[in-house]
Amino acid sequence: MTDKIEIALTVNGRTYAVRTEARRTLADVIREDCGLTGTHTGCEHGVCGACTVIVDGEPVRSCLMFAVQAEGKIIRTVEGLAKGNELHPLQRAFIEHHGLQCGFCTPGFLMLATAALENGLEIDDDKLIDVLSSNLCRCTGYENIIKAVRAAADEMRGQR
Amino acid sequence: MKPAPFVYHKPRTVDEAVTILAEVAPLYGRVLAGGQSLVPSMAFRLARPAHLVDINNVTGFDRLAVDGDALSIGAAVRHTSFHRPVTEGPLGKLLAFVVQHIAHYPIRTRGTFCGSLAHADPASEWCLVAATLDATMKAKNLRNARDIPADSYFEGIMSTVLKEDDILVEARLPILTADTRFGFYEFNRRAGDLALAMALVLYRIKDGAIVEPRIGIGGVETRPRRLREAEAALTGREPNSANFRAAAEAVAEAVDPLEDTQASAAYRRDLLRAVVSRALERASV
Repeated sequence: MTDKIEIALTVNGRTYAVRTEARRTLADVIREDCGLTGTHTGCEHGVCGACTVIVDGEPVRSCLMFAVQAEGKIIRTVEGLAKGNELHPLQRAFIEHHGLQCGFCTPGFLMLATAALENGLEIDDDKLIDVLSSNLCRCTGYENIIKAVRAAADEMRGQR
Repeated sequence: MKPAPFVYHKPRTVDEAVTILAEVAPLYGRVLAGGQSLVPSMAFRLARPAHLVDINNVTGFDRLAVDGDALSIGAAVRHTSFHRPVTEGPLGKLLAFVVQHIAHYPIRTRGTFCGSLAHADPASEWCLVAATLDATMKAKNLRNARDIPADSYFEGIMSTVLKEDDILVEARLPILTADTRFGFYEFNRRAGDLALAMALVLYRIKDGAIVEPRIGIGGVETRPRRLREAEAALTGREPNSANFRAAAEAVAEAVDPLEDTQASAAYRRDLLRAVVSRALERASV
């Protein structure tokens, strides 16, 4: 019944061999088996967005996907954003614009925004607010997150 | 908040999927598509399936194509597939407009069109689209395959005529003629929440008069449906605010609204007046 299944997960370019029950979510396996605790679990039913990761280029709630479903897919988490000691433009922008206070929601917002920008989100205000409404933040009131993403978008566009 | 144990099945073909489902359905086996409704239910242990048949890897289920006069939407086609118009003309635009109202972006990347139809939440946008456009649902099990018209598909809250061993393998939406106008309006308290009331309307204008109107409502009753009496009353009328308000009033009179912690029946009825009227106005511009 609760037999464990052997899978290989590719997270941030590294392959993790994992033995897990099918019932375990991608969020739990990323945290507990891969040891990547930057991905946070909040509500565990798809509402808060703290567990957002990027799977095959798309932002997903990792609490609403079973780890066994992610085999063979390219998974990216917040740990993969920085290059060595150099932070990703979004990470820097969140610091500069005070886009976080307690930081619990931050990994989810960073992965959501990364995917949205990489997938060509147009940064008009309505669209940006609509995308950022996917995730919950109880500290910032969202305004500073919006400012941070807009600033990072400008910077990333300049680099292209 | 952890799902109960289950046996995981990963079929690669439709035949394999219906064969496995036939075997495990009586043992509380369920189909897993996008999982954006099923997995939360499992986390709360409201659902405790003993087997999950994951149809995400079934060959052909990602098919989204125009076949003659219909748009065929495979069982694993995700909501995000509709972000950009998938066909020329009004249907593609309609789907691209409506999809923006479904949950949030990271939910739309996983959730599927057919999964929404199978789940049949009364406030599902895709269920409203299927009911209003008279979609055809293609169900398949080990013994047979059949087409189910929308008006005999929905039974009630999260209930359809699908049997436990059926897979909804495809939904077909009729292609809309180039002169078809549509209007959609949804009311909810926060972005991404389920609708407290919504309406999808379609009509054409010929010689200054409304022809072939369709008025569909969702989030109000136990299932989405067309309001044929109100449609008949609108036929041949001029598309103006007075006629739109009269049609909205007729709709509001004809429904039997749900009552829950979110809204009373009277409030839903009142909302419906506004959303039908606004959908009709949107279609007119």
